[in-house]
Amino acid sequence: MDTLTSASPSAAVVRRLTALLPPGRVLAGPAQLAAYESDGLTAFQATPLAVVVPETADDVIAVVRFCHAEKLPFVARGSGTSLSGGSTPIAGGIVITLNRLNRILRLDPAERVAVVEPGVINLAVTAAAQPYGLHYAPDPSSQSICTIGGNVAFNAGGAHCLKYGMTSNHVLGVKAVLATGEVVEFGGPSREQTGPDWTGLFVGNEGLFGIALEVTLQLLPRAEMFHTVLAGYRTLEQAGDAVAAVVASGLLPGAIEIMDALALQAASAAVHADYPPGCEAVLIVELEGPREVVAADRVRLDAILAASKPVEVRPARDAAERLAIWKGRKSAFSAVGRLSPDFIVQDGVVPRRRLGEALRKISAWSKEMNVRCANVFHAGDGNLHPLILYDGREAGALERAEALAGRILRLCIEMGGSITGEHGVGMEKREYLPEMFSPDEIDCLKRLRAAFDPLGIANPGKMFPVAGAPALAQHGLHPLEQAGVISRE
Amino acid sequence: MTELVDAVRSARRVVAVGAGTKPRLAQVPAEFRRISTAKLSGIVDYEPSEFTFTALAGTPLREIAAEVAQRGQYLPFDPVLTDAGATLGGTVAAGLSGPGRFRFGGLRDFILGVRFVDGSGRLLRLGGRVVKNAAGFDVPKFFVGAAGRFGVMAELTFKVFPRPAGLRTLRLDAQDGAAQVRMLQEAANTRWEIDALEAALEESAIWIRLGGAPVALDALTAEIAARWPARTLGEAEAATFWSELAGFRWAHADGTLAKVAMAPAQVGAFRAAVRAVPGARGWVSNGGNTGYVSLPAGAALPALTWPAVTLRGTGPLWSGPTRRFDVMRAVKAALDPENRFPNLDD
Repeated sequence: MDTLTSASPSAAVVRRLTALLPPGRVLAGPAQLAAYESDGLTAFQATPLAVVVPETADDVIAVVRFCHAEKLPFVARGSGTSLSGGSTPIAGGIVITLNRLNRILRLDPAERVAVVEPGVINLAVTAAAQPYGLHYAPDPSSQSICTIGGNVAFNAGGAHCLKYGMTSNHVLGVKAVLATGEVVEFGGPSREQTGPDWTGLFVGNEGLFGIALEVTLQLLPRAEMFHTVLAGYRTLEQAGDAVAAVVASGLLPGAIEIMDALALQAASAAVHADYPPGCEAVLIVELEGPREVVAADRVRLDAILAASKPVEVRPARDAAERLAIWKGRKSAFSAVGRLSPDFIVQDGVVPRRRLGEALRKISAWSKEMNVRCANVFHAGDGNLHPLILYDGREAGALERAEALAGRILRLCIEMGGSITGEHGVGMEKREYLPEMFSPDEIDCLKRLRAAFDPLGIANPGKMFPVAGAPALAQHGLHPLEQAGVISRE
Repeated sequence: MTELVDAVRSARRVVAVGAGTKPRLAQVPAEFRRISTAKLSGIVDYEPSEFTFTALAGTPLREIAAEVAQRGQYLPFDPVLTDAGATLGGTVAAGLSGPGRFRFGGLRDFILGVRFVDGSGRLLRLGGRVVKNAAGFDVPKFFVGAAGRFGVMAELTFKVFPRPAGLRTLRLDAQDGAAQVRMLQEAANTRWEIDALEAALEESAIWIRLGGAPVALDALTAEIAARWPARTLGEAEAATFWSELAGFRWAHADGTLAKVAMAPAQVGAFRAAVRAVPGARGWVSNGGNTGYVSLPAGAALPALTWPAVTLRGTGPLWSGPTRRFDVMRAVKAALDPENRFPNLDD
């Protein structure tokens, strides 16, 4: 990249871009750019040419059309919480930040839909819906800060996916500007649709198709009652068996989560979460629904857990105890991160019945390779989140951690699972995409990408393997994690 | 599988056909070779503990529903035309879900993976075989409702759920059409977690289905009956009602049947649109989000203000205010560069 002297071609581009928008919307000073060099995956860093701060959808359209005309790569960015490096800037490209497009354009309680701009915070949708007894179901653990635009781009998940699905199951329609500058509208306010599911194709595009400008979300009535149980086990395997028993019983819990010993230790230290002593694993199961249904299901759940050889079973007796259980769970990862200067978060999926086997292997490899690994995961849908700890200052530590990460991802593929359950491929896992899909399949995905973005300017370098990809530098805590604002899930 | 690939490769133009229960989807000019998926039938893999199954595209839904029922599970999108022999692939191509989609979502919300032959004759598998996957673009979802315009499906992976321990059906009578719409909207926004919410057009009736532990259903049923005049259907009566609904028994047997996507507030306008056509009948499903209109044989679908898909009979496959964008043609060309499958406007 050439330096930004006033005569350089880059400076001319920035001048033209600046002229396109009202004053103050284009940032190009080194200090201004530094804040946007990376996202939730701090291992990757790049300096963009400029950061654009649009305030309206028309601004975004104008900037994308400008990028198209100039063949200039761009990446859309919300709060920058991607754990797969999805919003890492492209060196010399444009970052389009969408935080100011944060209006809830319409909320219709009778129809139970909300139309929002991409910069609206996930939790703000639920906050706006709450007075009507409604909520927005997807709940990634960064929900107090992550934006709907980012959730749509990466098809974000959360703790309640088994029952409620991911972001794509709650997006009814999208208005977007594609990388070609074309403005499209897919889907609409109906919970039904006709013709090809263009909305479904758009959600999870990892920013490679274009930028969502308006998103229509379905809202659901908030469950009347929750019953949240925490059960401690001597071994991880017993906790895994308990999950199998719950699933086999015909119950459909809203969430089933497991934390292992290292994660428990960290959560105890960080948020003073209190767990049964002597446990290698803790299982969290949450039932939800009308009070009569929960009361009936709870009897069955209690019997299943009692028979699963727990050290102790602790049902939350009130809302405060329920929140405490979830606080421990949701803080676990950033808490584990405090045990180590650097770490890698993974997001692989294995068939649920092979969870125990996968965990045994991960544990054996962790010992064999002398790399510490904590596990906190969505047991209900087989979504592992191994947290691999290392010290980047120690020679060879990063390489060992990456080697373990690679073995785990390959294990997920071998078991018939996936390299990502909810974080997306982004930059982090792009080299593993060819292990999950054949060359023909990747070619098909690339053709689809080219149909939306023939010039390849929308978030290039993500999802697909790139020759000469930058190496990982370090995996420290995200600044917001350090501040305790967000946590990884 | 290789036969399927060969069949696609050997013809200039190709359309896949299942059991023919939604014949309009494959109603294309004679130049098209019709590939039957009848022999592409069978459940490939079913793991009750995973809540997933994989089946060949031509597998009758009846077979799948029976198999998963043996393990206490069901297809939450509640497939229709099951008794008529509808196949899994045809149901995906039509994008059809039944009344039960009201609770957990439609077919699009339960499809996980697809194996298909693209327009270049390549056998590809996209999506995943586990309940959660975010790798690659969501091509499986894109195939829902696409009527085989982008590829011939060979195999599909779906998510299933445990079947509720009990079901209860109530019939509610509204005073008039306006009250019916209000009740649809109000019932949808309650603590009851309704499983299905349907409405007739010819009479101002509403049907509510609840699912869960029987003891809980007693209490919920009583609460609903205290709010609106309601009658609980007997078990056999309810079973007949839902099975006839899934078979579109209310519709003209040899006429035109179309599905429209609308919003609950538009149910009144939908009723007026249906009534404007002599002999037309209609039904409202999915809490007022889905409408069906049936016309006597020979009658043409009127111009509607909602996007519609014709499942059987005459008229365009997709009609109403269907938006066309340049990117749609580009995507069609990406998956079907030789234009082997029917066009988006066929």
